[in-house]
Order: sequence, then structure tokens, then C-alpha cells
Amino acid sequence: MAAPMPNDHSWFFALALGVSFLKCLLINAYHSTDFEVHRNWLALTHSLPVSQWYYEATSEWTLDYPPLFAWFEYGLSHIAQFFDKEMLVVQNLNYASPATVLFQRLSVIAADVVLIHAVKECCKCLREDKGKDLLGKPSFILTGLLLWNFGLLIVDHIHFQYNGFLFGVLLLSIARHFQNRHLEGALLFSILLNLKHIYLYIAPAYGIFLLRCFCFTQNNPDGSLQWRSFSVLRLVALGTIVLSTFAVSFGPFIALGQLPQVLSRLFPFKRGLCHAYWAPNIWALYNIADKAFSILGVKLKLLDISKLPKASMTGGLVQEFQHSVLPSVSPLATLACTLLSVLPALFRIWHRPNGARGFLRCLVVCALGSFMFGWHVHEKAILMAILPLSLLAVESREDARTFLILSITGHYSLFPLLFTTQELPIKIFLMLLFTIFSLTSLKTLFSKGGALLNPLEATYLLGLIPLELICEFVYPLTVWQKTFPFLPLMFTSVYCALGVAYAFIRLYISLLTCSDTTKRLKTH
Amino acid sequence: MENWSLISLCVLLGLTARWAVSFHSYSGAGKPPMFGDYEAQRHWQEVTYNLPVREWYFNTTNNDLNYWGLDYPPLTAYHSLVCAYVAKLLNPEWVELNASRGYESHTHKLFMRATVLFADILIYIPAVLVYCFYFCDGSSKQKVATALCILLYPGLVLIDYGHFQYPLLFTLILLCTCIVFNCIFRYNCVSLGLALWGILGLGLGWDLFGSLAFTLALNYKQMELYHSLPFFCYLLGKCIKQGLTGRGLFLLAKISLTVLVTFALCWMPFLSDPKQPLQVLNRLFPVDRGLFEDKVANTWCSLNVLIKIKTLLSRETQLFLSFALTLLFILPSSLKLLSKPTLWQFKLALVNSSLAFFLFSFQVHEKSILLAALPVCLFVNEIPLIAIWFLLTSTFSMLPLLVKDGLLLPYVVTSLAFLFLSLYLLSALERSTDEELRLGLYHKLTLHCLPKLNLSRIIKWKFWFSLVAMAALSFTSVWLEPPAKLPDLFPVLVSVLSFLHFLGFIIYFNLVQLMEPQRKKSQKKTN
Repeated sequence: MAAPMPNDHSWFFALALGVSFLKCLLINAYHSTDFEVHRNWLALTHSLPVSQWYYEATSEWTLDYPPLFAWFEYGLSHIAQFFDKEMLVVQNLNYASPATVLFQRLSVIAADVVLIHAVKECCKCLREDKGKDLLGKPSFILTGLLLWNFGLLIVDHIHFQYNGFLFGVLLLSIARHFQNRHLEGALLFSILLNLKHIYLYIAPAYGIFLLRCFCFTQNNPDGSLQWRSFSVLRLVALGTIVLSTFAVSFGPFIALGQLPQVLSRLFPFKRGLCHAYWAPNIWALYNIADKAFSILGVKLKLLDISKLPKASMTGGLVQEFQHSVLPSVSPLATLACTLLSVLPALFRIWHRPNGARGFLRCLVVCALGSFMFGWHVHEKAILMAILPLSLLAVESREDARTFLILSITGHYSLFPLLFTTQELPIKIFLMLLFTIFSLTSLKTLFSKGGALLNPLEATYLLGLIPLELICEFVYPLTVWQKTFPFLPLMFTSVYCALGVAYAFIRLYISLLTCSDTTKRLKTH
Repeated sequence: MENWSLISLCVLLGLTARWAVSFHSYSGAGKPPMFGDYEAQRHWQEVTYNLPVREWYFNTTNNDLNYWGLDYPPLTAYHSLVCAYVAKLLNPEWVELNASRGYESHTHKLFMRATVLFADILIYIPAVLVYCFYFCDGSSKQKVATALCILLYPGLVLIDYGHFQYPLLFTLILLCTCIVFNCIFRYNCVSLGLALWGILGLGLGWDLFGSLAFTLALNYKQMELYHSLPFFCYLLGKCIKQGLTGRGLFLLAKISLTVLVTFALCWMPFLSDPKQPLQVLNRLFPVDRGLFEDKVANTWCSLNVLIKIKTLLSRETQLFLSFALTLLFILPSSLKLLSKPTLWQFKLALVNSSLAFFLFSFQVHEKSILLAALPVCLFVNEIPLIAIWFLLTSTFSMLPLLVKDGLLLPYVVTSLAFLFLSLYLLSALERSTDEELRLGLYHKLTLHCLPKLNLSRIIKWKFWFSLVAMAALSFTSVWLEPPAKLPDLFPVLVSVLSFLHFLGFIIYFNLVQLMEPQRKKSQKKTN
């Protein structure tokens, strides 16, 4: 925290080491079923031939990540056998010996080295990195925001997933684009897509950006597209990289004739519109509006209770949610909404690319757009918007403001992931730690123009404190806990949905007007 | 960033680390029939809640003293009683008389951990913060760094949140006493801007508040006697300085009155019958338990490797010998303090006295090293390298205990984290010139008779060498099987190695204290 010499980079290692030690302390914490999911994948990749990977169904947690991730698990399993061979047996369902826990947790921590490296590269891309005081240095703040990110800590190191490593690849790819090493960036991103296909959501931003800024080598003086500058060579290079990555990853399965099976595992559309706990997006608001209308309708005697679908009255905890008044939403409709929501952004960067920063902004909009409108979105997906936005937040005041609103509400919406009493203090401590750090460091960074948040936003964010107190401490003591156990979760997601939606709109506005802001920056 | 946010970040980090350590197992988890310290604490809650005060320390039908009988002073008992009321409210099974013996459950573990966390937040952390912010030199960042290092001291975190104990109460009291003395020394009583303590200070005078706090600490844990001589000498020295015929005498009278009244208040329930306090004392100082238990990193246990003292000497000789040696090692530092009652001397005397007690006194627990570690914590800003070294060694000396409790993982992680963070935050390796190691005078003395030595470099080498040795021994004692003939080989090696370190430290701290150059003036300037 208080480095004697701000010039050297020892502070970076202190931050990275510090967070790694913290992760090690969390090894014994609660882990979710995702732990068993990954153990199962370790076992099946280790003990079965490749041809069976996507057919194996002993456990209900079948392999539903793309092939490169399966190969990653395959690689891990070779180290795993030195810890405990039993974890590599497919039939050992829910096997969690201390050695297994230790190995799996350590594998996440070790894989985070990629993230640490990526963050270091990102710090090099910052526009201005002066700051006399270490604590006010943009690169220091960015490192804190990325490495100590609350969401990553609890999702990866308590809940259990490998997001840190995957986001490391994403951030590294973004950093490469900032450094104008586009081919490397494209390679990294296509690897990322083959590690976890959820990143398809941000693929449109990549596609348009690479086509526009890499394949076209020149712009007109006003920044618009110069059609004649198209470079076939670059397109071919790009295409070769992307296709060969996919060929390496999916090739074996195509050769085996298993592609339809693999794809059916990757894209299961049998799930409902919302997850058991609604992610804070438009559909949470839609559901609650539907519920409000139905209750209102029953009160006003416009609707007949017996005709309403049953699930809607106990909803919030059921997967299949039937709307009673508003029309039900089909997967296709959500897809259309998602596409519609990101189209203006894509059009914008095609028209006025605004460099790598414009691309990054568009990427965040894509991630957030798909989060807002997607089918069966997990609350964890909010990290895909929060982490890249950190990069923008340390460079401009308005983005910092958006970041604060999005990160605080988004992180708060992750609270229901950890529902055990034992983890209650730690999630609160970590959340406070990250929130106080981001609030005060961004405030010092942009200390010139007064407060970062306006009173309304501040009040909204402060409202999370009573919400938390009521949901976790007061409500369980009331009689409604037994009859309506889902109410706290519902309130949480609806309350957070408002904040996320607001941040989405702000971000969109900033994207559509961003060339003006950069011009203003230049004239300063 | 503003100060408040740095402070809250540092506190939150400390709390996160504490709670994360508490996920691990505790002393005696799932080991019937006796379990461990966790069960002792729970049992005391049961006893104090269900039995009348007069039965607490006596062996009765309902109170089997052989099963974790109460052997701490009354304040601990009261504390248990308060916790028991909360426990009763949450789940009566937890404190049911006799039936609750060996009660273990996930929720109960959470409850016990929460009581520790609660006490920590309430007392220990504020005390650390106040100490760092009002009585350490340097920029505010440096103060935060000091506070963070003290808060992350692995020994305390592991014993409180892993092994399970409440040493924080006496810790608090110790610290706030230091602060109190600090106040007199530097701020002359009143100028401290702390509302609560300001009120107390105005009402009672800081000396009195200090002695009150210390008396409370003594009544919480009898081991606090380790620190009693420095307190006594400091106060007496101060009285002498003010003149034993005038104001000093008045002060002395006030202080002794405070101590007596506090004692009387704490012991009130036991004063009705003369048998009661005697029985309590008998429980507090169990002379019949022998010179040492298990493997402790003190002189007796280490000597035992060469000479079997326990069998060689009679109990009385042992008692006398340990008493004499302890006294011998305390006296120089205490006398120096008596003649020069300053804060710096006081802190040094605290270290010297508690270390002497730890090394030479009768019936010492390995956990008692925390009593010496605490005053050393107060040096992390002044002599960072030595303080870090000491604190790591003290954690290492408890290794066998921690391994027994299944706390190996948090031990490794917190020790490494503490080592790296404190070396980095306090830039300990850069701040280790002879002058900063307080060896300037020693250097001058040896200049005449010895060839010129680069003490700072020697100490740094020793530091790394000893770290490697401790790491290697930790590693071997966990992963290697001891030879069949010597099953206790590794614990003994651990305690002997730590003992050698502690012996070195007591010599070092005594040297620093006894040869203190006239640095009072320069210290005042920096304030």
C-alpha cells in the first residue's frame, strides 16, 4: 500500500502476491456444484478417449465447454494424479477429498498467472500514467480494480470457476489490440472462444473492429471509411488464424463426425428464460412487471386466479417461469432483442471506429447488451462487462462514474451466489474492500471536477445497504421466510437490474457521443 | 486517497484474513474425549452459566475440574458468562449442563468464531489503529502499513481464529495501556483527540486509566504477570522522578488505590469466603504440573535434550532455579527502566521481561510466546527487520501445535504473506543500517577491541539463513516421517531452533535497552 519507491514495479508484485495469498486462504471455503462439474471434467478427459468426451453422461454435469477447455482439463488431470488419483475416476461422483480440494483450488490460483500477466500488459496501454503519488497512479488503480476484483474473487475462489484465467486471455487480447498487434489479439480471442463459448457475445465487437480497423488500412480525413484501402492480405491472415484455431479445436470432432453432438452440448436451449435466481437484467424487470400486473389484475377483479398459471405465484425459484399477463418470451425473441441492442453500437464503430478505445467501449456494450437481453443469463456474466470497463474507468471521468454504478450493483447482485452463513462475513468484507477501494481511488484520480456520483446515484447505491440488511438479517427472522423464501432474491435482482440498466444506457450514450469527448480531450 | 479509506481498507484486509483463517479447523476438532481449547472455552460458558459463582473454581458433582476446569482469573469467567447468555439465546443445547460436553456443530463453530471476531472488532483493532496513528512516526501511509502488519501478524490470527482462544482481551488491555503511557509521555495527558478515551483520561488521569486497564488484563489472564514488572517499574520510576515526598507520593497513592479497587471489584463475588480466593489462586498457578509441558521453545525444554532436568532436580529446586533465572534476566532491564521511565525504555522492558518469563519461568505454554510477540509488534515501525524476524520465529515455534490442529495451510500462507508484505511495506531490508538496528553504540564500543564488522550485513544474512532453516524444518517436519526411535524428533528440533532464536533476541533487546544512546532529543524533534 505504501511503497517507498513509486517508480519501480514492486507494487505490482505486492498487489499480485497479496491477492494470491488471500486466494490460498480461501481454499477451505464453501464451493458450489461447479467444483464437482470441473472434477468430473478432469475425470472424464483423463480416463476416456477423445471420442467419448462429449457423449459421456455418468454425471449430470456433462462437458459443456468447447474442446480447448476440455484439453486444458486434460492437461490439469496429469498433474492431478499426483495429488489424488481417486478424483480422476468418472464414477466417483461428488468426490471431494482434501487433496482434491487443494489441487482444484491451486489450479485456479495458478491459472490466474495469465490474468496477472494480462493486467501487467494492460497497465502499459494506459494513455497517461503519471501520478506523483503511487496510490493516485492510474496503473496502480487499474491493477487493484482487476486483480482484486470482488466478483472474480468470489466466483473463482469461493464459488469455484476458472474465470480469472479466461478473463486473463480476454484482457491480454484487448491489450494486444491497444498495442496495434491485431493478429495476436485475434489469435488470443479465437483461443478464448474455444475455451468458453460465452464470449461469443462479444464476438460481434471483435469482428466489426478487426474488419474495419485492421482490414481497411486507411481512413478518410473525417474518420469515415476509405473503401479502396481494403487489404486482402490482412483479411486472409486474419481468416487463417481464426479458422486454424477452430480447426485445431473442433477438427478432431468434425473428423469423428461428432459436431452436432458437441454443439448440442454447448448450446442447450432447454433451459428457461431466467436462471433460478434472476440475473439483474431486463427480464427480471419484465417478470416483476408481469407479477405486479397479475396481482393488480386479481385485486381489480380483471383476472381470474384459477386461470393464471400456477408457477407465477411461487416464481423466482422455478426454472420455468410462465408469464401470466405479459406475453411469454421465446429464445428467438431474446436473441432478436440482444442483436437489436448491440446493432447501433456496432454500426457506430463501423462508421467512426475511434481506435482501440472505441472498440473496447463497443465490447463492453455488447457484453452488457447480451447480459440485459440474453436467454438464461447467469448473474456471473456481469463480470464480462465490469472487467473490461475497468480499463476505461481509469481514463475518463464519465466512464469512472458508469463503472462505479455498474460494478457496485453488479457485484452486489452476485451476493446470492454465496448463501452459506459461514461466507456471509467474508463476502461483505471483500465487497466493502473492493467498493471502498474503487470509490476512493477513482475519486482521487478525478478529484478535479467535484463528486463523481450525483446525489440520486449515490442514494441508489447507498440503498443497497438497507437492502442487504433486510434480505440477509431481518427477513430470515420474519414469518414470511417460510411462505415466500424467494422474495429477498427477487428484490435483489430487481433493485440491481435498475442500476445495471442505467449503467447500460449511460454507456450507450457515451459510445454514441464518444468522438466528441476525445476531441475535447485533445483541445485541452 | 484519504486516510479514512486507507484505514478501512487495512482493517477490512485484516478482517478478511481473520475470517478466512476461521474456515479451518480448531483445536481438538472431532477428537473425543478431551477435545481441545475450543471445548475448554465452550465448557467454561456452560459452567459459568449453570453454576453459582461459588462453585466455579471448586470440584463439585456438577463441575469436574479435571475436564477443562476453569483455570483463568475471574474476568475470563465473566466473559464466558456473557457469551453463554448469547449462546443460550441462540441455541440452549450449546450450554446445557453436562449434556453439552463435546458439543460440536457447524453453527456452533460459527457462533464461537463470531464471538472472537466481535471482540476483535470491538477492542483489538481499534487499539492497534490508535497506537499506529497516534504514536508511530512517519507519514500516514507508513502508519497504515504498520497497522496492516500488526493486524496480519500470523501468530495471533492463527491462535485466535484457528486454534481458538480469546487472547485479544488482554491484548487490548496491554495495547491501550501502552497508549496511555504514550499519552503521558508525549502529549501530557489531555491533548489526545479521542472522545471516549479523552473523557476517561480527563476523569481519571492517564496513569490511573493505564493501571486500571492493566489490572483488568491481569484479571483476565494470569499470564499477564509477564508484563507486570515493567509496568510496576515504569510507574514507580515516574513517581520517583516527580519526587517521592511531594507529587510523586500522591501519584503513587492514587495508582495503588486504583489497582486495589479494581482488584477488589473483580474478585468481589469470591471475597465472601476466604477459602474461595485461595482456591482460585490454586487453580491459576498449578505448581504441581511440572517445569514444562509438551515441547516449548524455552530453556528447560531445550536443556532437557542434553540433561534430564525434570528427573534430576527436585521440584523445589526446579521452582527456585527457574525463579532465580527469570529474575536475573528481568532485573537489568527493569532497573534501567526504573531510572529512566520513557516510552522507548518501557516498550523494550516489556519485550525483555516477557521473553525472560517465557524462556526461564515455570510451566510455560508454547502459546505464551504471543505475550512477548505483542510488545515486539510495537517495534515493527522502529526496528522492522528484527521485529519481523521475531514475529515469524514466534509463529514458527508454534508449528507442532498448529500442525496438530490441522492449521498447516493457513500457517504457511499467512506466514509467507506476512513475510512478503511486511518486508515490502516497511521496506525492512533497506532500513537496516547499524543506526536503525539501534546498534550504533555497540558498534562504537567494539571498534576499539574488535576488527570492524558490518553488523547490518551480518544480521541480514542471518535473517535469510534462519528463514531458510525454519522453512526447511517446517517442510521436513510435515512431509517426512520421523525415525522410529525418535518420534518427537521434529517438534524437539523446532523448539530448540526457536529457543536459540529467542535467546538471541533477548540478548539483542537487552543490549539495545541497556546501551540506549541519548536519542530522546532527536525523537522529540521528529514529533
